[in-house]
Amino acid sequence: MAEVLVLVDHVGGTVRKTTSELLTIARRIGEPSAVFIGDGYDAAKGVLAAFGAQKVYRVDAAEATAYLVAPQAEILAQIAGAASPAAILVASSAEGKEVAARLAIKLSSGLVTDAVGVDVTDGAITTTQSVFAGSYTVKASVNRGTPIIAVKPNSAAPEESPSSPSEESVAYTPSGASAAAAIVSTVPKAASGRPELTEAAIVVSGGRGTGGDFSKVEAFADSLGAAVGASRAAVDAGWYPHTSQVGQTGKQVSPSLYVACGISGAIQHRAGMQTSKTIIAVNKDPEAPIFELVDFGVVGDLFAVLPDATAKVAAAKG
Amino acid sequence: MNIVVCVKHVPDAQGDRTFRESDNTTDRANVDGLLSELDEYAVETALQLVEADGGEVTVVTMGPDQASDAIKKALQMGADKGVHICDDALHGSDAVATSLVLAKAIEKLGPVDLVVTGMASTDGTMGVVPAMLAERLGLPQVTFASEISVADGAVTIRRDGDAGSQTIRSGLPALVSVTDQINEPRYPSFKGIMAAKKKPVESWTLADVGVGPDEVGLGAAWTTVSSFAARPPRGAGTIVSDDGTGADQLVAFLSERKFV
Ligand SMILES: Cc1cc2nc3c(=O)[nH]c(=O)nc-3n(C[C@H](O)[C@H](O)[C@H](O)COP(=O)(O)OP(=O)(O)OC[C@H]3O[C@@H](n4cnc5c(N)ncnc54)[C@H](O)[C@@H]3O)c2cc1C
Repeated sequence: MAEVLVLVDHVGGTVRKTTSELLTIARRIGEPSAVFIGDGYDAAKGVLAAFGAQKVYRVDAAEATAYLVAPQAEILAQIAGAASPAAILVASSAEGKEVAARLAIKLSSGLVTDAVGVDVTDGAITTTQSVFAGSYTVKASVNRGTPIIAVKPNSAAPEESPSSPSEESVAYTPSGASAAAAIVSTVPKAASGRPELTEAAIVVSGGRGTGGDFSKVEAFADSLGAAVGASRAAVDAGWYPHTSQVGQTGKQVSPSLYVACGISGAIQHRAGMQTSKTIIAVNKDPEAPIFELVDFGVVGDLFAVLPDATAKVAAAKG
Repeated sequence: MNIVVCVKHVPDAQGDRTFRESDNTTDRANVDGLLSELDEYAVETALQLVEADGGEVTVVTMGPDQASDAIKKALQMGADKGVHICDDALHGSDAVATSLVLAKAIEKLGPVDLVVTGMASTDGTMGVVPAMLAERLGLPQVTFASEISVADGAVTIRRDGDAGSQTIRSGLPALVSVTDQINEPRYPSFKGIMAAKKKPVESWTLADVGVGPDEVGLGAAWTTVSSFAARPPRGAGTIVSDDGTGADQLVAFLSERKFV
């Protein structure tokens, strides 16, 4: 069976859930080979084995992580050149898509980004995407080269399939232009203790309607074990970090449940949450466009509804 | 400083965007278009850099006849000249072909210090053309800038990545893409609108940039759209007015759906 390369998405060895989803999808296509770039392999190893990686390509070279995006594409191209994989899967994050974009040019191969589904029938891969702010579903396939697919988080339920992967160390030296855009410093995101926004099963977001007080939104999120998101209006006002923005120019999330609090539902906000499975809104304006999307809506003041609901959820959970 | 800004003319996101039944491509004929909002930030970035250090801003777009409106808007904002690559063979081009044509056009324009783009288009929203352009042009990729400064022949940006906020630095020339956090794009002034009428806009064909018709368009796309379907409208949801029992009903819904 042909190899399927999966670029491991991790921070210092802490593997993001998306990677286990990618490994699960890769098993439908062929034999998953994880590509691990950077430090922290010992911490990552267990997860890669649990989700069925048959092989791990390890790249330790410091230069691989010293420059933005380009080295990762070069490494994948180098490995693909030797392994002739059936497909290459990456996480459809901003960075993952950029890696995939450069790789597509390098390998003269078709690229699908933002896939929310990957189906395999008789070896043929069909992807599903959601476009135009979630108003259309598109099915597509790659007709040239090695299919390169950037898959959104929550596109497959991760299934364990324990393996004992072989390991291969890959030497890497970046070429000229790949060693140009230096990562001078990284300020890690402040740990919130909450799930990662793009991976969370439940997201509770606040907008301008919070008036800058996110405490009620956060408390409700915590009662549900949810991640916290924000509209651009809330981010622009400096109430919540840009990394928590949901929407066209923020994160695109697709949780089982999305709760919009004090958010009107502008098209750019919808672009980041419309594919959520269940949508709830709390907004005091009955005419707010967000109510067109909801499965359940409360027309009311979030400062009254959320604390009450938080207490009742806590009580229900015991 | 010589800056090229790549812009896109897109269907208005406030209108109903759809597909052409005949070939599964984005319908660009039956909708109003405009300069992609996200490219306004790129134009503004270039203008501010040139206002500070001197130089020239050239706007490049690829697209059908109407796409010249995107150039016009950028010239009204203050860009110096425009290039419009327009060719029937381009219909249905994907990001791969678009990046090829733009790269060839930028090479034809001669040496540049910076190529600036928006972070994504507001219609395709793949956000991959900037990275593809950097790859093709062999330029350092300095993308998703939420802050930018250029000094001593180097560009430095802040990039808010998934794992945190990064500072990226590269020598020039480089390719930069900017987010909507970077600035407040200006509105064209009356003076700007009048001045734009006299600014040069060149129209280039595929042959002018040295790209063959078989390398672009729907036929050359490396992916095939097999079908598209309007997402079934969400079933009308339950909406309650909070009369004091809003939270109760909300939590009842949550437990009915097994979230609690
Ligand atoms: C190029 C571009 C990109 C953009 N990208 C994004 C993006 O990625 N994400 C994004 O979110 N937006 C984005 N926007 C902005 C978008 O157009 C809207 O301006 C923004 O989403 C509005 O945020 P909001 O819903 O919080 O604020 P508003 O539209 O002001 O809505 C606030 C809502 O809160 C309600 N409210 C007020 N008080 C209360 C209360 N006490 N209790 C309950 N409800 C209350 C009001 O009824 C209102 O509906 C973008 C815009 C542009 C031009």
